[in-house]
Amino acid sequence: MKRIEDIGDLAVGYDLVIVGAGPAGLAAAAQASELGLATLIADENPAPGGQIYRAITTTPVKRHDVLGEAYWQGLGLAEALEASNCDYAPQTTVWSAELGRDETGKIAEPRSFTVGVSRAGKARLVQARRLILATGALERPFPVPGWTLPGVMTAGAAQIALKSSGLVPQGRTVLAGSGPLLLLLADQLKRAGADIVAVLDTTPSGNFKAALPLLPDFLRSPYAAYGLKLFARTRFSLPIRRNVLELRISGEECVERIAFTQSGRPVTIDCDQVLLHQGVIPNINMSNALGCGQHWDMSMHAWTPTVDEWFASSVPGIAIAGDGAGIAGAPSAAIRGRIAAIAAASAVGLLDATTRVRLAGPLQAEAARLSRGRSFIDTLYRPPGNVLRPADPATIICRCEEVCAGQIRDVVRQLHVQGPNQLKAYLRTGMGPCQGRMCGPTVIELIAEQRGVPVSDVGHYRLRTPVKPITLEEIASMPQSEAAKNAVMR
Amino acid sequence: MFRPISDELRQATSHDGSPSVRAVGFTFDGRRMTARAGDTVAAALLVNGVAACRETPVSAARRGPYCLMGVCFDCLVVIDGVGNRQACLTPLREGMAVETQHGARDIGALERDE
Ligand SMILES: Cc1cc2nc3c(=O)[nH]c(=O)nc-3n(C[C@H](O)[C@H](O)[C@H](O)COP(=O)(O)OP(=O)(O)OC[C@H]3O[C@@H](n4cnc5c(N)ncnc54)[C@H](O)[C@@H]3O)c2cc1C
Ligand code: FES
Repeated sequence: MKRIEDIGDLAVGYDLVIVGAGPAGLAAAAQASELGLATLIADENPAPGGQIYRAITTTPVKRHDVLGEAYWQGLGLAEALEASNCDYAPQTTVWSAELGRDETGKIAEPRSFTVGVSRAGKARLVQARRLILATGALERPFPVPGWTLPGVMTAGAAQIALKSSGLVPQGRTVLAGSGPLLLLLADQLKRAGADIVAVLDTTPSGNFKAALPLLPDFLRSPYAAYGLKLFARTRFSLPIRRNVLELRISGEECVERIAFTQSGRPVTIDCDQVLLHQGVIPNINMSNALGCGQHWDMSMHAWTPTVDEWFASSVPGIAIAGDGAGIAGAPSAAIRGRIAAIAAASAVGLLDATTRVRLAGPLQAEAARLSRGRSFIDTLYRPPGNVLRPADPATIICRCEEVCAGQIRDVVRQLHVQGPNQLKAYLRTGMGPCQGRMCGPTVIELIAEQRGVPVSDVGHYRLRTPVKPITLEEIASMPQSEAAKNAVMR
Repeated sequence: MFRPISDELRQATSHDGSPSVRAVGFTFDGRRMTARAGDTVAAALLVNGVAACRETPVSAARRGPYCLMGVCFDCLVVIDGVGNRQACLTPLREGMAVETQHGARDIGALERDE
């Protein structure tokens, strides 16, 4: 592996550019380089690992039982990257990718993507014959009154602080929400010494009944033993309160307390830190901005890029591997990354069709095995309407532009807004720096509610590159093509 | 706000061999602070008791890091005079001058600098 410390050290072009160095990207990179592809893997973070294996090579946490064995499995992937021939660009953001064009503006043959990358304030364009987006998932936004107060974070954020810096929340800490990771995160933080005064579980009690028919399939899945053990262990070690509704966080300058109802009775807990979590959904910003088709996934209750059995998207040359193309967890993300790399090697002519199928066959079977039991988890943790569509009109939905639930409902109803792109013009929701990552899932719920249609009818923001804000200085510092100059000089 | 885990849980060196507790000095709004080499600016602020690092452009509400993974943009700060930096993606360096970001980036101030 060659570590790219300066953006000038990048090659002019690569066979394959991989965005994201989580399990999907790392496994794809090692596989691609083994098959002979000149590969660049870029990630915004200072070290490889993505979310689950965050800071796997640099973590200051020593005792293995704090983060658990599932975390330390990531070392193998980091070592495989180290041993590969890839270029690895840490702290590097990929912000665009466009099909290369010739001087006259026509798509150039052989096709190649012009990929915009930026590192330490400097931007550059590199060429790539193929792209694998392995940009992972993000926590489903969980807007409740007071969620913008300092001292409120996502549970995933606290996990990141623990893994990468060996930090735990100071003072009385409350975790609130739902999802398969909530207990895991609470358990890790407690082992690391955090003072967890309550775990508020918002999972509706009816969900278990709905999920029951799917239980046998889950019990045969690779996650069953792990999940049941965690469940049993945390039952007594953590102060879990179930049937929680109507969370409300308040305080003057910072968090001071959280109020809620438990089985209908009002409760208030004084605390210093609140960690929210409501499961994870695919991070679709880049695939959406690059024009990859997406569909509404009923089971995950989220927009998801549409991919085939090789994880190819609807845009020729772009594959999407890992949780960015549907939540299935880290072992599956790695397998999906390898399959996408095999497909890329075959597409550039390094593998014939027979070898491709021979290599990928066992991996595809393994990916199918690992997806078992997923519908049980999705159904058990399906967020209820009161979580997805906050009732209190003063709840901030768009954190960037500070737009509240009440404003969105009113404007949608009075101006007959059909979708989120139209709403941008009225309320600026989705036009702040986060580019809709924090408000998108809730904005579409509220529009669907007011229009009285299923949320899948409402669509999603049409996102644009750059997918991360970059400065004009960065753009100005880049070499310009003749075609680009002609476009403005005419 | 955050605090370091106990020494018993911590390792002296990282997997890559670098010492895990080397201290780095920086300032936040002029106050001197230290944090661990390898931390991001956001982690460094949190462990120094800083919960809020920006004021929003709309209502000047105080905000602090929310996701620590680069998606919420609530950790925007001014670093060495450059605004709109994501503290959670920026590694801390010796001598960095970190400041609260007040509202939107001030274009007038940029022009005055020219
Ligand atoms: C906060 C959080 C914590 C989680 N913790 C756990 C856990 O403890 N256990 C578990 O089983 N699962 C966890 N998950 C679920 C997680 O989705 C999977 O376990 C796994 O990490 C998915 O792997 P991946 O390779 O698809 O993506 P990820 O591991 O998410 O990796 C994606 C990488 O892409 C990078 N990236 C994204 N966009 C860009 C860009 N434009 N330019 C450059 N780089 C970019 C990201 O910074 C990230 O490093 C967590 C998810 C989240 C969101
Ligand atoms: S804390 Fe969310 S982007 Fe930095």
